[in-house]
Amino acid sequence: MSVLAVAEHRNGEIRDVSFELITAGRELAEDRGEPLHVVVIGNPVDHFASELNLDGVDTVHTFDRNEEFNHNVYLQVIVQLVDAIDPSTILLPHTSNSLDFAPALAVRLNRPIVTDVVSIKTEDGLIVTREMYGSKVETTIGIRSDRSVITIRPSEWDPTIAPGKAAVEAVNVSIDEDAIRSTVTGFGEVAAGDVDITEADVLVSVGRGIDSEENLSLVFDLADALDATVAASRPIIDNDWLPANHQVGQSGKVVSPQVYIAIGISGAVQHVAGMKDSDTIVAINSDPNAPIFDIADYGIVDDLFDVVPEVIEQFDL
Amino acid sequence: MKILVTVKEVAEVYDDFEISGLEVAESSLNYTLNEWDNYAIEEAVSFAESNDDVEVVVVSIGPQRCEETIRMALAKGADRAIRVWDDRLTEQSLVSPNVKATILAAVAREEDPDIVLTGVQASDDGFGATGVALAEELGYEWAAVVNALDIGSDSSVASVHRELEGGIEEFVDIELPAVFTIQTGINEPRYASMRGIRRAQGQPLNVKDLTDLGLSESDLDSSIHLLSMNEPESESEVRFLEGTPEETATELSGVLQELGVKE
Ligand SMILES: Cc1cc2nc3c(=O)[nH]c(=O)nc-3n(C[C@H](O)[C@H](O)[C@H](O)COP(=O)(O)OP(=O)(O)OC[C@H]3O[C@@H](n4cnc5c(N)ncnc54)[C@H](O)[C@@H]3O)c2cc1C
Ligand SMILES: Nc1ncnc2c1ncn2[C@@H]1O[C@H](COP(=O)(O)O)[C@@H](O)[C@H]1O
Repeated sequence: MSVLAVAEHRNGEIRDVSFELITAGRELAEDRGEPLHVVVIGNPVDHFASELNLDGVDTVHTFDRNEEFNHNVYLQVIVQLVDAIDPSTILLPHTSNSLDFAPALAVRLNRPIVTDVVSIKTEDGLIVTREMYGSKVETTIGIRSDRSVITIRPSEWDPTIAPGKAAVEAVNVSIDEDAIRSTVTGFGEVAAGDVDITEADVLVSVGRGIDSEENLSLVFDLADALDATVAASRPIIDNDWLPANHQVGQSGKVVSPQVYIAIGISGAVQHVAGMKDSDTIVAINSDPNAPIFDIADYGIVDDLFDVVPEVIEQFDL
Repeated sequence: MKILVTVKEVAEVYDDFEISGLEVAESSLNYTLNEWDNYAIEEAVSFAESNDDVEVVVVSIGPQRCEETIRMALAKGADRAIRVWDDRLTEQSLVSPNVKATILAAVAREEDPDIVLTGVQASDDGFGATGVALAEELGYEWAAVVNALDIGSDSSVASVHRELEGGIEEFVDIELPAVFTIQTGINEPRYASMRGIRRAQGQPLNVKDLTDLGLSESDLDSSIHLLSMNEPESESEVRFLEGTPEETATELSGVLQELGVKE
């Protein structure tokens, strides 16, 4: 048996999560005494293969297809590859594309799937750790099957950068074009706009805790007082209270200002993905267990409607 | 056209909560409609309002408790609701996405919808897996993380936008029948009207167990099991500022000034 990691790429480049995936894959393969296989589907596939030829990888399987991502193609290639190499564990990154693909792969292969995993241990079977309830609770899950599909949370494993000595093999599979029932017709950007929050030195970022659109003025007043720029978590954008270019996070902007002040933001993983590299993080939240405090440098556990006006007053003096 | 919407009643934990064994203590939980499913309901109901002959059916796997949440979907305009429950599900520490997909597929086979809408993820377990697993189980086409959905006039193809990372979206044409996992922000979910709520109270709820769906105990076999549940150990180095709002605000202002904010 083996461990199979499914690499992800975009715009002709391997995505960082794929290098993290190789680390997770190598650790698991070593634990289990199995070889590590990586598969990459797309184009330019030779370029991808050489980027993925990293420490611990035994074989890189390539499938040349001039297409960004198509789950029907991915499914066909990987199912046939799995037939050939019978991997115990299939690892994918927990990303938008794997949300679109990994569960179908698991069902087609009749394997259990566990997603968004933050650690993997080998005991009798595999024991994985994942979070629930917006990261407020941690669970361990035992997988009692020799074969499984696991998606791993981005940024939990260090990327592998050391070069490897992998064999590169083109996957020899045939694609049934009739089974392709989805077609990518283009790409777009969710939003451009007036401000560029990635340029700001100080961001005042507001979340669902602000409760209503009217209350946003409080946050703008604070930003004024601090000469800062206003950013937000996703619900604020979903509600159309601020334009989409203010959104921080996985599906928004990645920011790393000198100071990031999170107000009424819980610190969901998709939000944290966009701001964890800020120099200093301040969080104001009434819930002492809010996960935002795990990455904050300074925290105030209190009602934002009591604290924020006081801060404004301090600076307006 | 028929649209089936899967809805989950999710649990939110209170700020202060207790874990007992493999569960969060019941007294620490508040139940509500999954945020993502709320957008899925709106997508279905608003499509039904602007097109002729569209039936919207909602289905939920859950104990009796969740009927209130299901009725919320009816109050917002869904035509019918199905609740699936079986005491054998209570014995599972965790209902896996594979098992949920098997059950929902059995319902979908009976209903034979053109389109199934699910949420991208349930806010409590956050698997983000049930919708796409269901599609494969049914042999339907699918698209995940959909933030725009345009159902073609001839009902054979839908054009969707899939949200990728970093503000990029992908445009995809998907052959129907299909499952779409709906992302928040795709629309503006309505509030149920008083009239809707009253009407929903009187609507029948179709309750089914495994046998009704032609499923057996072996369909619940899951190879994933919850082993433990705990509060995450914090590696945090956060410095909490303590005191009254005035005190913490003063201290924070000092910190911010030291950091060079507003020089
Ligand atoms: C595929 C995908 C992509 C996503 N992309 C993003 C993204 O790019 N960016 C993003 O932000 N999210 C994203 N999300 C959503 C994410 O999962 C969370 O739902 C979201 O980040 C929650 O936002 P929030 O913290 O503002 O709200 P909540 O999680 O509801 O938190 C609100 C917080 O406010 C606190 N609060 C309430 N009242 C007060 C008060 N009076 N005073 C002080 N504190 C108070 C509460 O204690 C709570 O912690 C994505 C989700 C998915 C599935
Ligand atoms: N118990 C359930 N009953 C009905 N639908 C569900 C249930 N659990 C999950 N779903 C659907 O699947 C989506 C994704 O859930 P999950 O894979 O658990 O994150 C949810 O948004 C729901 O639409």
